[in-house]
Amino acid sequence: MDREYLSFFRISRSKFSGDFIFEAIIGFFALCILVFAFLLFRELFVESGLSRNTFGWDFLTGTTWDPVSEVFGSLPFIFGTLVSSFLALLIAVPFSIGIAIYLSELAPEKLRTPLSFIIELLAAIPSVIIGLWGIFILAPFIRDYLAPPLSTYLGFLPLFQGPMYGLSMLTGGVILAIMIIPITSSVSREVIMTVPTHQREAALALGATGWETTRIAVLPYARSGIFGAVILGFGRAIGETMAVTMVIGNSPRISESLFSPSYTMASVIANEFVEATSKLYVSSLIEIGFWLLVISVIINIAARILVWKLLRVEGGGRA
Amino acid sequence: MIMQNKIIVENLIASFGAKQVLHNINMGIQKNRITAIIGPSGCGKSTFIRCLNRMHEVVPQAKVSGKVLVDDKNIYDSDIDPVYIRRRIGMVFQKANPFPTMSIRDNVVAGLKLNGIKDNDVLDKTAEESLKKAALWDEVKNDLNKSGMSLSGGQQQRLCIARALAVEPDVILFDEPCSALDPISTSKIEDLMIELKEKYTLVIVTHNMQQAARVSDHTAFFLYGKLIEFGETDQIFKKPKEKSTEDYIVGRFG
Amino acid sequence: MKWNKRKMIDRIMSFLTAACVVIAIIPLVSILYTVTINGISAINLDFLTQLPKPVGEPGGGLGNAIQGTFIVVGIACLIGLPIGILSGVYLSEYGENRFGRFVSFVADVLTGTPSIVAGMFAYTFIVLYFRSFSAIAGGVALSVLMIPIVTRTTEESLKLVPGSIKEASLALGIPKWKTTLYIVISTGKSGIITGALLAIARISGETAPLLFTSFGNMFWSGGLDKPISTLPVQIYTYAITPFPDWHAKAWAGAFIFILMILILNVGVRLVTRKKFG
Repeated sequence: MDREYLSFFRISRSKFSGDFIFEAIIGFFALCILVFAFLLFRELFVESGLSRNTFGWDFLTGTTWDPVSEVFGSLPFIFGTLVSSFLALLIAVPFSIGIAIYLSELAPEKLRTPLSFIIELLAAIPSVIIGLWGIFILAPFIRDYLAPPLSTYLGFLPLFQGPMYGLSMLTGGVILAIMIIPITSSVSREVIMTVPTHQREAALALGATGWETTRIAVLPYARSGIFGAVILGFGRAIGETMAVTMVIGNSPRISESLFSPSYTMASVIANEFVEATSKLYVSSLIEIGFWLLVISVIINIAARILVWKLLRVEGGGRA
Repeated sequence: MIMQNKIIVENLIASFGAKQVLHNINMGIQKNRITAIIGPSGCGKSTFIRCLNRMHEVVPQAKVSGKVLVDDKNIYDSDIDPVYIRRRIGMVFQKANPFPTMSIRDNVVAGLKLNGIKDNDVLDKTAEESLKKAALWDEVKNDLNKSGMSLSGGQQQRLCIARALAVEPDVILFDEPCSALDPISTSKIEDLMIELKEKYTLVIVTHNMQQAARVSDHTAFFLYGKLIEFGETDQIFKKPKEKSTEDYIVGRFG
Repeated sequence: MKWNKRKMIDRIMSFLTAACVVIAIIPLVSILYTVTINGISAINLDFLTQLPKPVGEPGGGLGNAIQGTFIVVGIACLIGLPIGILSGVYLSEYGENRFGRFVSFVADVLTGTPSIVAGMFAYTFIVLYFRSFSAIAGGVALSVLMIPIVTRTTEESLKLVPGSIKEASLALGIPKWKTTLYIVISTGKSGIITGALLAIARISGETAPLLFTSFGNMFWSGGLDKPISTLPVQIYTYAITPFPDWHAKAWAGAFIFILMILILNVGVRLVTRKKFG
């Protein structure tokens, strides 16, 4: 057998074989990810040092944000971020679940792909353009058509009191809701699709209607995954910057009314970072960024754990 | 005719993590013969054959001990590169697995190309020879640039055989090569194996006893990870020495 | 419950859930409509190729912003694609261990990094260090967002490559690294490319990370180490001013911007569909 052209292959294995080198090189790039995650936290932590040392925990509970006298308390922003995001969830979740159910269970086959494609398109629109639309279309709409009835019929609630000029917590919540519907509905949809067919078949065999099947067999099974999708949406809402900055009014006060303007953690950074003159001012803004990162990471971890568990175990889809 | 063992297996033990799957296998595989490995599902025959070309250890947590001597050299010696072993001992799998992004010709010479042989004339010549040896040349000689996936199941399997032949192994291992094929393709591949034994040593795992009886010179019967009986195929099938062998052949279990 | 009542509830729920879809699409339609109506009239060749003029002066364009967007996204790709793809390869092919699983988890969590935080990181890391806003800082900020996405999509694409293909290659005596490089990657190529393109589309639309990294510039790019104009930042700047003239420019910029992003997105999905259609 003519084997001469194979003769240069080594018989013995050397320590620095091609396999070792290759694995080391690409392993290095994987390590980069960890390094860079570490750097991300470290930079923000270190650069916020001045503010943390000056204010301590009062930074998170203080309600005064006064660059002139250099007193910085971030509670109004934490309030603004959390409330606007919760409001967004309140609005978006029913719609998202409805969309997810319709697109995975009830819609005619032919419509499913085009409709889900269109919903995804909403996620592709840059946030600054949604904000632009928010300033000129959504805010006036809410001011002129949504706020008056809310004020008339529900005005006894402190939530809907006071004057409404368009740029407000309510508008912020609505715009965030619009932005998180795509991800919340698409992850919910993937979760619903992992419900095994035999569950549905069991219900159908009992003579259940489409909706009843969904209610009895699908939703309970998918519950924790949908919850995970909701948390993912919450995480996205918290981190959202441009659109909400453009419509929330940017006024750092804590008010009971949804009609008042508000200010989120991301927005104050976006608006004031470049203007920040003193070291303490910059450091305080960076501290806000640090906490924003921390909250975001915690929420994301919780969401991934919930969604991963369901998707991996059932072997379906991708998070 | 000199009967010599191409492969000698000594005290082979294999496990996946804590679970032991092969218990002390001792066996000799003769050169230029076809040796069949039979036994019920889970008896360790696939694991055994993968120990012969050091594919078993690719799975995480897999362990092997004992010796496998090929031409009197233990392939598990610490100074041996398993990659090299796999060039000398080739393998054809249960389900044909041609490389999906390559043409027929590139599939055949993949083993050579990826090991540095760039001369297209050499590659083309080798492709033709290997396809001829695998009895596929006539069917594909005008379509060498078509995708490997454009062939039928039986043709794909012969393509995989050609690919294994192109790197010029001494031994070819077949892991249930016909289980996914129709009877006609199966019989083509069986004829091919009988032709190949002239130049190569073949080991075939099969759950099809008729195939083992038709094709092989020696047969080994495995049960629960142990080698129960090994001998000439005629003797195993007509006059098995062990009761469990007889039970299996007659169809009492498995 | 009587059958008719149950059927009616079924129909109502179908209707309600369908209504959810319709209502969710309304903002999309409104946005696309508004941007087109308001923006399309200002589009002409001048707008695409000229520099902005000061307030009050008519004319001018967003040529520098378009140029800047390409440059900054380009830098982000140069940094983000190699790191993302190579680490994704590692995670898929060599990552069946604690280190690999941990990195995969971290990358997954990082995909949710708020974009303004990414900008802040690039600020402290690059802008403060070089004492200047720059295109490079903007590119770094965007790559912070890009890397986790590309890593995860690459990892998932390569995991889809059937194990039998890898086995076939190893059994031929091809070493694992060549198997990974030549067989696995080439089989999983389209998934990797799709993931990369989607990541590019995603970061192209980001504004927040650029606000204090690439910052902005009224002129053509003066160099990668200088501030640079980008479409989203320019749109934002115009949108929050009180000048109607500049609002009009914001709409026009938004129109071009949305066109670019949508073409990229739709293009990627069409290509994917063709391959798996």
